[in-house]
Amino acid sequence: MVENVKELLRLHEGITHEVYLDNENSSIVPKEVIDAMLPYYNKKAYGNPTLTHKPGWEAFEVIMDSFQRIANYIGAKILEEITFTPSETEANNLAIMGSCFAQKLKGKKIVISEIEPINVLQTAEMMSKFGFSTIKIPVNNEGFIDLEKLKDVIDKETILVSISSVSNELGTIQPIKESVDIVKSKNPQTLFHTDASDAYGRIRFNVQELNVDLATVSSYKIQGPRGMGALYLREGINMERILEGQIGTQKLWPGVENTPLIVGFTKASDLAFEKFDSNANKMRMLRDKLVDGIFGELDDLRFNGPKGDKRSPDNANISFLRCEGEALTIELSLKGVYVSSGSACSRRLLQPSHVLVAIGRRFSEAHGSILMKTTRAHTEEDIAYVLEVLPTAVNRIRGIVGSTGTD
Amino acid sequence: MSRIPLPYNPKVMDLFRNPKNLGKMEDATVVAVAGNPACGDMITFYLKIDEAKQVVERATFESYGCAANIATSSIVTEMIKGLTLEAAWNDITWKKVTEEIGGLPSVKFHCGVLAVGALKRAIRQYFTQKKIEAPNWLQKEHTFEEKQALEEEELAKTLSKRLKPEAEKK
Repeated sequence: MVENVKELLRLHEGITHEVYLDNENSSIVPKEVIDAMLPYYNKKAYGNPTLTHKPGWEAFEVIMDSFQRIANYIGAKILEEITFTPSETEANNLAIMGSCFAQKLKGKKIVISEIEPINVLQTAEMMSKFGFSTIKIPVNNEGFIDLEKLKDVIDKETILVSISSVSNELGTIQPIKESVDIVKSKNPQTLFHTDASDAYGRIRFNVQELNVDLATVSSYKIQGPRGMGALYLREGINMERILEGQIGTQKLWPGVENTPLIVGFTKASDLAFEKFDSNANKMRMLRDKLVDGIFGELDDLRFNGPKGDKRSPDNANISFLRCEGEALTIELSLKGVYVSSGSACSRRLLQPSHVLVAIGRRFSEAHGSILMKTTRAHTEEDIAYVLEVLPTAVNRIRGIVGSTGTD
Repeated sequence: MSRIPLPYNPKVMDLFRNPKNLGKMEDATVVAVAGNPACGDMITFYLKIDEAKQVVERATFESYGCAANIATSSIVTEMIKGLTLEAAWNDITWKKVTEEIGGLPSVKFHCGVLAVGALKRAIRQYFTQKKIEAPNWLQKEHTFEEKQALEEEELAKTLSKRLKPEAEKK
């Protein structure tokens, strides 16, 4: 198996231009971020922040500074409202499990949207083991949640609602403020959690303006290091830990704080927020060039998710009909363009992206879908290169499909 | 919803990049399809059969599917070239196809199964279309691969029924 991968990598030799657009699933960490992190491995603050020595106090100082900065960027009132977790997966697990366990005497009902990311969807469903039930709110063909339905399902049993601020697959910017108002008007006790991993650093996001109780943010989604995320929990809300161990600077997540990754996430946040508007405008401009270029060159496409200002500036999700997605990702990889697909070719029971199915896409449309996300680090040359190689790649795969595969 | 690493071997990659016997055959004796685009997995085989000798003269394919699907379809068209229908029926199994291609990740075994299912369907169809009495070697009940292909197609139907029509999505 490892030999095969070596051969696969050899096939990529001689690539002249590489464009990484799979920022949904991982990201390139810029040099400034790495440079900020490195001293914290062996030059300073390498101690445990709860211990009584210089490297420990150094760690304490920089971690407190990081709490404060992340708190500022999302509009939290105090730094104690932030908990660092080893990615958004853990933050979403903590948000759902921790709040359910703490609120279990008030009710047993969880409400999520049907297009939540897997780490929300499966965590909520898993809670049935503990007697909780999950209701999924449907979305329309652009991925916007049905607010009427949300209003209908909230009752005195509902302890938690979890709806992403921005759909990670579709880029749909949900009406979170309205949703919170609806939920709180029906049951002021219901907690509102939002996974803001795809909002943070891309659209205006402020926990106090939105009046959310819990919010998740992610490091790699803003080109920070992988392995770091954070959960915002509004002061005064009761929450249980989901892991036990040595408690340090934060009471909701045990274990030794990972200072270099915390610093990296904070630095990536600084870079994202420093020139927030121009960063977002650049992502949008490049994304629009990419989408317009593809639609100008190829037929039989579907644009997934909304257009305009209700879509996050980085997200492009396109279904290439008569073209299977996994094959297309490999074909593009051989040309140095790295993307992911909503095709589900890695299972016996081939189920494509639940998000695309939820907005009413046919399975064949979902199998041919490609998700791309631009960042401020991309250039116009990058997009031009993608537009140079992508039509050829799609046409070659469509050539193999021939008359097969139209339903 | 799970994703699995797919370290395709060089032979799979070679047939994916340069598929042999690709494309529609205008003068095919028999054409057979297996799979369903809803499953992201569909193969069409075109067989040119020397009817006097009952030998596969040429075979071509079209495939809507992943790299493994394309590669296994392509290799089946290579493997059956020059074989009698009896040999193609008896000797080409999904295990043999997987072996011939140098192995597949386990989640991709079904690609080989579907390819052989399409082949068996084509051979069976030849006898029904030409109204030739089925020879003894052609077993009446479906083979493993044909059953799997049917199962996948049924699954696609069931899944598609569960889909909400787009018209309802406003």
